[in-house]
Amino acid sequence: MMKNNADVVIIGAGINGCALAYELSKRGKDVIVLDRRHIAAGATGRCGAGIRQQWSTKENAILAKKSVEIFENLSNELNYDIGFRQGGYLIAIHDENDMQQAKKNVEMQKSIGLDVRIIDADEIKEIVPILEPKGMEAIGATFCPTDGHADPFKTAYGYAMAAIKQGARFYKFTEVKKIRVKDNEIKSVVTDRGEIKTGVVVNAAGAWSKQVAKMAGIELPNKPVRKEALVTEPIKRIFDAMVISFRHGIYFSQMEEGQILGGIPSPEEKTGYHTEPTFSFLQRMAYMLGKYAPVLKSINVMRQWTGYYDVTPDALPILGKTSIEGFIQCNGFSGHGFMISPMVARLLAQLINDEKLDLPIERLSINRFKGKVFKEKSVVG
Amino acid sequence: MKIVCRCEDITEEDIINTIRKYNVQTLVELKQLLRLGMGPCQGRTCLPIAARILAKETGKSVEEIMAPMARPPVIPTPLWLVSEDDEK
Repeated sequence: MMKNNADVVIIGAGINGCALAYELSKRGKDVIVLDRRHIAAGATGRCGAGIRQQWSTKENAILAKKSVEIFENLSNELNYDIGFRQGGYLIAIHDENDMQQAKKNVEMQKSIGLDVRIIDADEIKEIVPILEPKGMEAIGATFCPTDGHADPFKTAYGYAMAAIKQGARFYKFTEVKKIRVKDNEIKSVVTDRGEIKTGVVVNAAGAWSKQVAKMAGIELPNKPVRKEALVTEPIKRIFDAMVISFRHGIYFSQMEEGQILGGIPSPEEKTGYHTEPTFSFLQRMAYMLGKYAPVLKSINVMRQWTGYYDVTPDALPILGKTSIEGFIQCNGFSGHGFMISPMVARLLAQLINDEKLDLPIERLSINRFKGKVFKEKSVVG
Repeated sequence: MKIVCRCEDITEEDIINTIRKYNVQTLVELKQLLRLGMGPCQGRTCLPIAARILAKETGKSVEEIMAPMARPPVIPTPLWLVSEDDEK
């Protein structure tokens, strides 16, 4: 039997929905999480799960840095091994233009206390010995040793299991049909298994957030964009860093079990719900991996898959309150929802619980699209 | 001890315990929780067996149990073989 009332109903059991359920139930809130499928069924279970603090906008950099501070102790806190490790992120610098932008980024990142530096081509090879700076067309890189990676399945399940222990309920394979709003206030959520009375609904539905928002009469600018990734057979551990390039859009790193996982964008990709993996992605990714690390040409690719980025006009998430009382947004992560989820969940839990927030989030509210938009430039994949 | 997934060393007991602990309903969830079918054979051996175990545990028919999407290239393939040409 499904419970028919809750303090908060979260729509979407991705990493942000799971993390928020944990933070809210920790504060004594009665929470229900609904998902049309299951935990980590959407972007969370399909992502590269990199954790990067090197961003070009201060909002993202601070959110990511605060999240890393939580990630560092998260396995203990949740009593669940989330597979967190810090191998650093190495971001290629290709020319003088890149160098100017890198210097600006590093200066801002250092100002918030991040351990980050510009390295030359020789040091690239010291950090990731299989890289070929000529093939990468790199004159240097920025490197932050505390960037890293966590297992996206384990992190989502870890948060969910800890939330359940605190009393949260997860109803999977349960589809939201309607959100009832009266006098501009949230009243209930209608699902295919019954109705749940609540005063607060959190829209954490990832690439489907736009449809969920519409049920409450709110228009979101988010667009779904198909992204592809592949994984190779496991090989002996040779490097710890995530390698990325904004020019080529490529990202790849070696996972705990030894496999290389990465992705690269398709220039011809249009927005919309396309799920099929493409051969052109496989060709492009194989080619670029061979350029970056020629030794990888001879290893086997095991599988490729697709997932969605839930993209906003400025590539920053949409967080917080809307014009409808009790309707909270937690979406639009534009490809980096996993890495900032611990801090996002904490901030939204503070907002919903009427506490003082650790960081201001007004600038990330839906209202910002009324004025001029400043775009986050450091996006890959 | 009965081995179900030879690539990732997963036993029948692992699968049953995981289904009960997490109230698993689909093969995709088992894959996420155990790496079932993520090894070199890509699930050709273990998935039909796991589907039968899951059917028994959940009372669903094997047909009802959602199969994970087959993910290309299905057979491990060297990267050089699928790479774009250098001339491009």
